[in-house]
Amino acid sequence: MAVVALTVFLLLRFTTGDPAAIIAGDNATSQDVAAIRTKLGLDRPVAQQFVIWIGNVLRGDFGESFFFKKPVAELIVGRLQPTLALATCTLLLAVSMAVPLGVVAAWRRGTWIDSVVMGFSVMGFSVPTFVIGYVLIYLIAIQLGWLPVQGYQRLEEGFGGFIERLILPSFTLAVIYVALIARITRASVLEVLNADYVRTARAKGLGNLAVMLRHVLRNAAVPIVTIIGLGVALLIGGVVVTESVYAIPGLGRLTVDAVLARDYPTVQAVILLFSIVYVLINLLVDLTYTFLDPRIRY
Amino acid sequence: MNLTRATFIACALALVGAAGVPAPVAAETTLRVVMHSDLKIIDPIWTTAYIVRNHGYMIYDTLFAMDAKGEIKPQMVDKYEVSKDQLTYTLTLRDGLTFHDGKPVTSEDCIASIKRWSAKDSMGQKMMGFVKEMQVVNPKTFKLVLTEPTGLVLSALGKPSSNVPFIMPKRVADTDPNTQISDSTGSGPFIFKKGEWKPGDQVVYVKNPSYKARKESPSGLAGGKVVKVDRVEWKAIPDHQTAINALLAGEVDMLESPPHDLYPVLKADPNVTLFTSNPLGNQYTFRFNTLHKPFDNPQVRQAVFYAFNQEDFLKGVIGDPNYYKTCQSFFPCGSPLYTTKGMDGLLQSNFKKSQEFLKEAGYDGTPIVLMHSTDVAVLNNLAPVAKSLLEKGGFKVDMQSMDWQTLVARRAKKDPPTAGGWHAFLTSWVSADILNPVMMGFMNASCEKAMFGWPCDKDLEGLRDAFARETNPAKQKQLAEQAQVRETQYATHLPLGQWYGAFGLRKTITGTLEAPITVFWNVEKKGK
Repeated sequence: MAVVALTVFLLLRFTTGDPAAIIAGDNATSQDVAAIRTKLGLDRPVAQQFVIWIGNVLRGDFGESFFFKKPVAELIVGRLQPTLALATCTLLLAVSMAVPLGVVAAWRRGTWIDSVVMGFSVMGFSVPTFVIGYVLIYLIAIQLGWLPVQGYQRLEEGFGGFIERLILPSFTLAVIYVALIARITRASVLEVLNADYVRTARAKGLGNLAVMLRHVLRNAAVPIVTIIGLGVALLIGGVVVTESVYAIPGLGRLTVDAVLARDYPTVQAVILLFSIVYVLINLLVDLTYTFLDPRIRY
Repeated sequence: MNLTRATFIACALALVGAAGVPAPVAAETTLRVVMHSDLKIIDPIWTTAYIVRNHGYMIYDTLFAMDAKGEIKPQMVDKYEVSKDQLTYTLTLRDGLTFHDGKPVTSEDCIASIKRWSAKDSMGQKMMGFVKEMQVVNPKTFKLVLTEPTGLVLSALGKPSSNVPFIMPKRVADTDPNTQISDSTGSGPFIFKKGEWKPGDQVVYVKNPSYKARKESPSGLAGGKVVKVDRVEWKAIPDHQTAINALLAGEVDMLESPPHDLYPVLKADPNVTLFTSNPLGNQYTFRFNTLHKPFDNPQVRQAVFYAFNQEDFLKGVIGDPNYYKTCQSFFPCGSPLYTTKGMDGLLQSNFKKSQEFLKEAGYDGTPIVLMHSTDVAVLNNLAPVAKSLLEKGGFKVDMQSMDWQTLVARRAKKDPPTAGGWHAFLTSWVSADILNPVMMGFMNASCEKAMFGWPCDKDLEGLRDAFARETNPAKQKQLAEQAQVRETQYATHLPLGQWYGAFGLRKTITGTLEAPITVFWNVEKKGK
């Protein structure tokens, strides 16, 4: 985390752009900009700025946003729900679609079902998230009028509106994830289907469903879980784009706004948060291995 | 597998549930608007950002305001008197003016607000140069006593654009001008709902039930500010395509600044209309950095006057001639000081003449570092057009592309262009910001104190000072003409034509006003 913190801090300081000039506005004079820079502490040496910032972070203080004049932690908490909701729904949707698709494709290897699933998978990888978003908005929201074009409704304001506004963004974001997980599931299941113990199970007279559930999926799970975990990075990137396309006020939008406005404290905190989440998810994936495959020990 | 099945069922149920749940019915009088930017700062004196200025017009009121004809009219002021020697302005406030907290607006509030505003605003500073003192006569009346006559008092106090002299309670206006205010108590037609403000999502205003509107019809920023909706929500939708889609689907009622290339999409929808709200529009501008070679030489800058023509820029960016016009004047066409004096033969792309000027000036082929903004739709194509015309006019050009915020930071640097500085860039001004030589920031040629580009010209400054002192409008016009003529010789910047934007509006919205700033009084919403 220390490496991430230092890298992010330095990257931001050496990126072109000046938050003071942005805050001051287009008609501001150089003197106005200089006064704001002093106020924000940006006139201090970079090393001094880093020491102050990292010291505060270690005390749990992520500083105050240059623009919103609010503690960064408060900003992040306010944006957490939309992103968590979007990520969770996407994950559930993706796993519930991708695993069955991958299994069916492996089960019916070489048939038209396999071709369709793999064709969809290639398309899911190839088409950018924002294109999928615009196409879905045009078809589902504009032409059919079934769902809203944009926006987010907080859960506490009503479940109907909450889920209604999450469906399109979740589908949009899930496409690439479904493609990824379905491919890995297919490959993993195919490998297990050819294993001796599967042949033995069949020889013993077990039905297809029982073989699949009890033997194949359990043994194919490790790579699938791995890719779901690794895919979180993909999800984080996708959240940034999806939240922009659907005007969802989550952490992704906060990141984009903060980067464009050179809001250093906010960008630093959000990236640190994303890094922590990524590390924790990988840890969780590693722990899951021991549950799925008792032979794995740490 | 259980997990998978459960997930599938949950999502299916959710889908079914969502389909069965009716969309929330919006209150009839909630106006949902996508503004040009998200509101992040709420102090319209601390920053000059236009979105904060627009926020100011929602919640604050002004002593004077500019009407649709460009004339300054009393707004919070009921009556004002100017002494015969023109050294004392006595202003009396209207009856019944109160802040959102119920307290009356007093002379002390006005004086404190003028002081804070003038500490930041260049026109305010100029005006205060003439002010000896401000005196409270009684709670509703105060005086501005001048050291010498000036025509600036009304035009400064009625200044339409950033920074606007909004009136705040004294306790707020006493805040250091370099510290942001956090108290949004105003006396304007709307009340800011700070608790509902979610940066990056929405800004909420409700009608101020105690607001006493003037009896006159609304005109520009002046007249009766009668609010006809209960609530205004500014929705933050940064993606233009999504905002357009939201308007077409009826999820928002109005887009403040849809990009020109998407106008055909809006025109094609029978439920949507385009409304050009700002009759004076905006002006494209080419700004020189006069500190470094070759633009430290006025003759080289004059060569650019010959190389450029306005039509190419306007066609290249706006495209549709319904939304632009050439205007051979530093002051906006349609504004009182518009003049073509001194502009004969300029901005006609006379490349031969440009090359002659460069030869006479001894231009050594130093590449012009031209900053190219790539992420603001109405600016993107300006620099490539400028590069092409400059090269035809005999210049070498090094066009460097960057996002607007990088450009904003870089233009403040005085370093040589080869060391991270710059020679020139292009931008756009709201016409309301450049109506006279004092107001026009780029005409300020006061060397170190001037805006980025740092022009330094005693003659131009003398004319600006004379304009500030002059109280006779006819003589002011003459001084503005002289300032323009001087500009064609010294060249702090070049005007590159006027362009207009349009609101995208649902047809249920009526009463939008023609004004240089987007305002929401008089706007009505009928039906969904």
